[in-house]
Amino acid sequence: MTAKKKLKVATTSLAGCFGCHMSFLDIDERLFTLLEHIEFDRSPLTDIKTCSPDCDIGIIEGGLCNAENVHVLREFRKNCKILIAMGACAINGGLPAQRNHLPLTTILEEVYHTSPGLANGMIPNDPELPLPLNQVHPIHEVVKIDYFMPGCPPSADAIWKVLTDLLAGKEPELGHGLMHYD
Amino acid sequence: MTYQLETAAHPETLRRVAIDPVSRVEGHGKVTILLDDQNKVHQVRLHIVEFRGFEKFIQGRPYWEVPVMVQRLCGICPVSHHLAASKALDVIVGAKKLTATAEKMRRLMHYGQMLQSHALHFFHLCSPDLLFGFDSDVTKRNIVGVAMAHPETAKRGVLLRRFGQEVIRVTAGKRVHGTGAIPGGVNKALTIAERDELLKDIYHIVQWSRDAVQLIQKVHTQDPGLYNSFGIFRSNFMSIVGNNGDLDFYHGTLRARDDNGKIIFDHVDYQQYNQYIEEEVRPWSYMKFPYFKSIGKEHGWYKVGPLARVQNCCQISTPFAEHERKEFVDYAGGSPMHAPLAYHWTRMIEMLHAAEVIKELLHDDDLLGSDLVVQGKRQSEGVGVIEAPRGTLFHHYRVDENDLVTMANLIVSTTNNNQAMNEAIRHVARRYLHGHEVTEGLLNHIEVAIRAFDPCLSCATHALGKMPLEVELVDPEGRIVHSLSRS
Ligand code: SF4
Repeated sequence: MTAKKKLKVATTSLAGCFGCHMSFLDIDERLFTLLEHIEFDRSPLTDIKTCSPDCDIGIIEGGLCNAENVHVLREFRKNCKILIAMGACAINGGLPAQRNHLPLTTILEEVYHTSPGLANGMIPNDPELPLPLNQVHPIHEVVKIDYFMPGCPPSADAIWKVLTDLLAGKEPELGHGLMHYD
Repeated sequence: MTYQLETAAHPETLRRVAIDPVSRVEGHGKVTILLDDQNKVHQVRLHIVEFRGFEKFIQGRPYWEVPVMVQRLCGICPVSHHLAASKALDVIVGAKKLTATAEKMRRLMHYGQMLQSHALHFFHLCSPDLLFGFDSDVTKRNIVGVAMAHPETAKRGVLLRRFGQEVIRVTAGKRVHGTGAIPGGVNKALTIAERDELLKDIYHIVQWSRDAVQLIQKVHTQDPGLYNSFGIFRSNFMSIVGNNGDLDFYHGTLRARDDNGKIIFDHVDYQQYNQYIEEEVRPWSYMKFPYFKSIGKEHGWYKVGPLARVQNCCQISTPFAEHERKEFVDYAGGSPMHAPLAYHWTRMIEMLHAAEVIKELLHDDDLLGSDLVVQGKRQSEGVGVIEAPRGTLFHHYRVDENDLVTMANLIVSTTNNNQAMNEAIRHVARRYLHGHEVTEGLLNHIEVAIRAFDPCLSCATHALGKMPLEVELVDPEGRIVHSLSRS
């Protein structure tokens, strides 16, 4: 009997704080059970820097705050059969979207010209730095998202439930107690 | 040219190699390397490429929201931001001295965080390099590979982290982004049931932490040629130290030493931090470059974090960790150790100390008390400083008479290490890449140097820039949602 092929899971953090990834790791020892069924592709936990073309599940933390985020998100959509928005930032921009009512230049000025203790005022402008977007955007505005996991971050149990449902070939469902927004 | 290899004379003639994203670190960063046709290295930079804008959008919010908001800077050590902000707000609400219960609850939360973060960093992120080699098979060089080859090590890493996260959960309500600390104190004490649950595990957590120190000490001392020199540069170092110069992660005064270990300043009240530290902006990174004002930007930069703390303090209050500190100091041979890979060793000594402190605290009935908050004469400005897992973290706020924040300035741990990390990767590039065909394994050497500092590039992204570029946001049907161009 041949072993069942492991599902390829890719993850990334866009304009997020990594808290959702931490909550993912909060499945604790269940990680080892999970590893019997999945392998990680591109992820902050591996050194694979671009998605393989045959990823089964892509998990996105964080919204879009710059051009690079948009690029990575498209890469994930192109290469992953199922795309999941993990956490408040991916779903609606989250806390970073608090900057949306402010003009970009005002924030720039504040951080690089008027904040205390600066020796020189200068706005970083090297071409290596990706273009920031005027506002932080949720990821579903740019690509189709298959599933949404709310919470800041979603709990480890919620993440576990969604993944195990998908592994079992079921439609993932966050039942009572797992759906929360804080 | 101020710093060697920071800026090439003629970048337009050179070939660019990028490590993007830097992986197995927390946050978003990339490295660019410029090489000529003989593969000679001319420029190496670690860029922080993302912006989230906290310092500005916190303004206008009521101050009591701040400890909950700022932890969203970083989900890896949210407790550090939560507590540094709370400490600044203690000053603002005039809480000169917290109740014993409040102070100890916060300490417990913080030491839980040190434990979980150091475990995560060592086991989940760095152990693959240390156990398999820097240019080992890229597909195995991760925690999954460790779980296959060294299942017991991987399991302990996961369980150590879990314990630290559980300490945070019972003190802050949630493992990630809890709400335990409030200006002037905390909002809950420990229950007997919570305490007993943690007490069940703490003894083997201490033992496993001791084993972890042994593991890294062995790895380090078995290959001193590599470990004592990889990415090495000399620099000043800084941390807060507690009473009597003890290692203290939660509270104390600022102490800095030069590369020979001589005191630069000591007993500095951190409310005055900006008389001692200044920051410089450079065009190629959103992360600023801090340095000691008294020495100036060229030589005044420094390192923070475990390697700085363990060598900056005079002693550690808990017996096992103090024993390990002495071993380390003996190994360094009387002068400060500057090798970046020694960060791992000192990090595990700190993890052991955190475990021992948690054990002591769990036996302290003050944690079960009911006196949680104090207040005093309201102030308009406050600074909170804490030793986060990655180093000294500064939060500075001003609040107006309507209780709204009018100014926020943060210097996060990783920013303090900005120049140091750039120096380390330039050293590695010169030593390993210069004149060689660039391979994946060689590039990982650069990342190994960055990982030693355990940078939290996530925290470091609170600024933004502008470029002459154009970008369009297109929805799934191909319609333009938003477009932006700048020049
Ligand atoms: S949703 Fe919350 S935990 Fe997740 S990335 Fe955003 S701020 Fe962090």
